[in-house]
Amino acid sequence: MARAAVPGRLSWRVARLTDTRAETATARTLVFDVPGWPGHLAGQHVDVRLTADDGYSTQRSYSIAAPADGDRVELTVQDVPDGEVSSYLTEGLSVGDPVEIRGPVGGWFVWRPADTAPVLLVAGGSGVVPLMAMARARRQAGSRTPFRLVYSVRTPADRYYAAELRRPDPGLDVAYVYTRAVPEGSSRPPGRLAVADLNSGGWPADFAPDCFVCGPTGFVETAADILLSLGHDARKIKTERFGPTGG
Amino acid sequence: MIDDYEDGNALAGPLSEIFTFDVTTADTRCAGCGRTGPVAGLRVYTHAPGLVARCPGCEEVVLRVVRTPTAAWLDLRGSVALRIPLAPA
Amino acid sequence: MGIVSPGFHGRRRGAGVKLPPGQYLTEDFPVLSAGPTPRIRPEDWEFTVTTETGQEHRWSWRELLDLPGETPTVDIHCVTKWSKLGTSWEGVSLDTLLADVDTAADYALVHSYGGYTTNLPLEDLLDGQAWIAYRFDGEDLAPEHGGPARLLVPHLYFWKSAKWVRGIRLMDEDEPGFWETAGYHDYGDPWREQRYQGD
Repeated sequence: MARAAVPGRLSWRVARLTDTRAETATARTLVFDVPGWPGHLAGQHVDVRLTADDGYSTQRSYSIAAPADGDRVELTVQDVPDGEVSSYLTEGLSVGDPVEIRGPVGGWFVWRPADTAPVLLVAGGSGVVPLMAMARARRQAGSRTPFRLVYSVRTPADRYYAAELRRPDPGLDVAYVYTRAVPEGSSRPPGRLAVADLNSGGWPADFAPDCFVCGPTGFVETAADILLSLGHDARKIKTERFGPTGG
Repeated sequence: MIDDYEDGNALAGPLSEIFTFDVTTADTRCAGCGRTGPVAGLRVYTHAPGLVARCPGCEEVVLRVVRTPTAAWLDLRGSVALRIPLAPA
Repeated sequence: MGIVSPGFHGRRRGAGVKLPPGQYLTEDFPVLSAGPTPRIRPEDWEFTVTTETGQEHRWSWRELLDLPGETPTVDIHCVTKWSKLGTSWEGVSLDTLLADVDTAADYALVHSYGGYTTNLPLEDLLDGQAWIAYRFDGEDLAPEHGGPARLLVPHLYFWKSAKWVRGIRLMDEDEPGFWETAGYHDYGDPWREQRYQGD
């Protein structure tokens, strides 16, 4: 039974793929055109729904990778093994093909260009996506709010947005934490995120920064615990844990 | 093994079908232990027949949502009240 | 129905195998949980059947293992749409546990460590249809799958097979459990696709 959408509540919109970019061997950025898109804040996410021709349908949540720009919505999708949605999005979907998108959703894990406190972004793996949207929103707005990004990845080849993050962006400092293999010349041995990484790569607690942590559950627990131990106020630490599989 | 749960942010999409405001930014008081905090800070178990949001303090159920093909079931028994930020009247 | 995405098929839906409607076949054993996994040491575990008159029957872990075990091989069907065929278990039949329980109740409310509950008719626990299972696939039942022991009622959707089972209350009236109070079916027959209230 079809029901009219209630004003103010979100409904599904048709989104057509207009462009894709490889970020790593297994992750792609997908650019969609969504007519009538209401705009969004950096850090928000969308639900993506896929429907097969026999009516079977399933949905997943993805963070938006870039700040609001008209009808354009960018997602970066990690292809997970046996992921029925992520594999289709990264390999099966062609330019011009439709999916359905509902959003934007989530008004808590967001950064607004009017916010002036220093910002610490702590990313684990594909958890960098909503944090990249914040860093890009800062640049787009010409904000002078100082940002620091601590980005934990397995190996250099697993970095998303590597070229863009290499380009100088005054006021945005980027520090990598490699857990399995480090690039040549790196002084830090491979290893999981530790106190020293957030002590040197973050802001002193006295600066009262807004901290955004995104990644797998275990990573987020670790990072949040470290920030608390360094004296950061629990109310200034916002977290977004990824689900167990994503699919 | 760490129990896999997500943040209350994960409720934003499903609850957007029901409410015209973003419930995840509202503060909720746990009926179990009295802890108050944003819905976005609850622990949400998503690998289940519905979404189960628990208090990060006492792990009691604060909120549940089940989406059937024709209805949404919302259980707020574990929440004393929601404080919803609004523009000044 | 939503807009079709060309070439999207989703999970295979049990081609060539007879599955309940709407189910797909899986080879692995997905872990579903509505909360933190309780860690119950067998020496602390006990199982209680409480009748409608308040009479209690209690078994310790040792007493459970001393009862004659059975090794059912059954198909299981989760309401989240996966089905797994030919799963092998070891446990004690509810016929054995309820043999000396004097009751005229029609319904059972199963409760678990961690607070989970689920309801079903008492007759669905009898006549070789249900077990308290403590081994899966030849191994002790892992905590994420409900160990040390779970209820196994494979002819109903798998949410009825309560993990970390702690006891069963026998009642004259049906009382909805955790998922049944939130829209899921009171009986839950997968072959009649009784997923939600009203199905």
